[in-house]
Amino acid sequence: MANNDVGLSSSSDVKNRKHLMSELELRPTNEALVPANYVVRRKLGAVFTHAVLIAGSVVFLFPLIWMISTSLKPLGQTMRMPPEWIPDPVMWANYAKAVNYVPFLHYAQNTLIIAILATLGTVVSSSIVAYGFSRIEWKGRDKVFLILLATMMIPFPVTMVPMYSVFRELHWIGTFRPLWVPAWLGASAFSVFLLRQFFLTIPRDFSDAACIDGCTEFGTLWRVILPLSRPALAVVALFHFLYCWNDFMGPLIYLIDQKNFTLALGLQFFQSMQGGTPWNLLMAASTLVVAPIVVLFFFAQKTFIEGITMSGLKG
Amino acid sequence: MTPRERRNLRNGLIFIAPWIIGFLIFVAYPLVASFFYSLCDYSVLRPPVYIGGLNYQEMAQDPVFWKSLGNTVYFTVLFLPLSTLVAIALALLLNTGVRGMAIYRTIFFLPSLTPLVALGILWMWMLNGEYGVINHVLNTLLKPLGVQAPAWLQSITWSKPAIVLMSLWGVGHAMVIYLAALQDIPVQLYEAAELDGARAWSKIRHITLPLLSPAIFFNVTMGIITAMQVFALPYVISSGEGGPARSTMFYSMYLYHTAFRYLRMGYACAMAWFLFIVIITLTLIFHRISRRHLHYGQ
Repeated sequence: MANNDVGLSSSSDVKNRKHLMSELELRPTNEALVPANYVVRRKLGAVFTHAVLIAGSVVFLFPLIWMISTSLKPLGQTMRMPPEWIPDPVMWANYAKAVNYVPFLHYAQNTLIIAILATLGTVVSSSIVAYGFSRIEWKGRDKVFLILLATMMIPFPVTMVPMYSVFRELHWIGTFRPLWVPAWLGASAFSVFLLRQFFLTIPRDFSDAACIDGCTEFGTLWRVILPLSRPALAVVALFHFLYCWNDFMGPLIYLIDQKNFTLALGLQFFQSMQGGTPWNLLMAASTLVVAPIVVLFFFAQKTFIEGITMSGLKG
Repeated sequence: MTPRERRNLRNGLIFIAPWIIGFLIFVAYPLVASFFYSLCDYSVLRPPVYIGGLNYQEMAQDPVFWKSLGNTVYFTVLFLPLSTLVAIALALLLNTGVRGMAIYRTIFFLPSLTPLVALGILWMWMLNGEYGVINHVLNTLLKPLGVQAPAWLQSITWSKPAIVLMSLWGVGHAMVIYLAALQDIPVQLYEAAELDGARAWSKIRHITLPLLSPAIFFNVTMGIITAMQVFALPYVISSGEGGPARSTMFYSMYLYHTAFRYLRMGYACAMAWFLFIVIITLTLIFHRISRRHLHYGQ
């Protein structure tokens, strides 16, 4: 197949060739050789693409807009048919009410405590473990790494019950500990994997230079590797934070007391407890759960996209 | 072993020590223990009692077990191909060099960031039978045909398609992976094909899809693993009950009920191992089928 003949040796190489090729192609193109309707077809194609993309955007954005719109409506208006777009009057007070209706700030605090402890643990333990899997040559290393990769395939329910009984023996059920302590022991195989891939791309000479200066392995990790790996560390931290923010099953299993609930768990709990749900308040609470993530996304858009690309392409 | 090799081995093991400890406590021991529990009557409150294969025998005759397995397979079979199609189609559109690509990409990606609980509650509201905005639009459109929009989450037939619909809204994550893979395909392949007179479809068929196949393979494999374990969304929209009439009782939810509502931990472990085997089998079958179509650039 022709596909295999074009070696994708490296992306920069390909990019260079891309430029070369398009230049080469431009020169010999004679106006007379281009079919008359070619340009028109191209233009029509672009219009069609935009039309489809705009329609798609409406479909994808609508639920979020509807959520915000509902969150600002008086309760009576949420049940009016046909549905109305614009809240009338705009009830900013819904947000104040929602924050009390679902003990929002308290749940946000719980979520943050768990997410920060777990994210810190993941970044620290994964970089140490990833260093051992990438920057030190030892016998059997890559075989052990295969075991780590294989653990990612194990469905959570398989280990769920024994883990629960271990935590129960430790009297940790009902505390935050089951949700963050494992993170300090390299439990996020995915993060270790991501960091190892990144560490492998750092030239050997960098750490050799440190070795000559009498650096220990820990010193090399701390002074050479970590400063060079900031983008990868950001990806790992961001993804693990998101994971904790969104996690539902973990808190559902390990947290008992309502005052320890996380946002995800608390939101579900309040939704299912209330008969005749006040949808405007629920939408306000949901908006408040989604908003920090959207804000985070706009601040770290590049990290998000890079992270997903890194995780997806090297699988 | 030279002293250097010995030192490296020691250092390597010291560095991966946190993972080894974690692996032993959170993976290796639980794997062995859960297999043992699956052969036991175990309630956590009292020590396990060995009962041999009884849990597995009971599973074979448990209608809720089969129902939940059926629901889960239904979801996976409907969701995976649809989400792959939608994600690839969106990525292809974004890869045509349209202006404002980054804006469109952000729009399609944003919903996938919504936490599942918030996503579930939002769609419960939109799909509400009485006041839901979606049924209002559908009923207006369907009126001339004399058809009523379904009650979605209250309907045995439509509750699962509703969950598929909600999940499709989060397809942006896969789309970003496909888009990145598309951007790695060298332009000159298309230019060469164009010179040979290739039309849009044959370019997609003979260049794009083969070069995209590793990304498709990765996404679908991960998709099988996650779709078979779907939990949060059906839990939220049915308030943890799996209704109406168990139509949203998914495998992981039934497993959760057995373990933590009925405290039948042994039975839950047996179910978990069965799920594990199903997932491995499905992944292997998919691997077999796709092996012939995989093209790695390097």
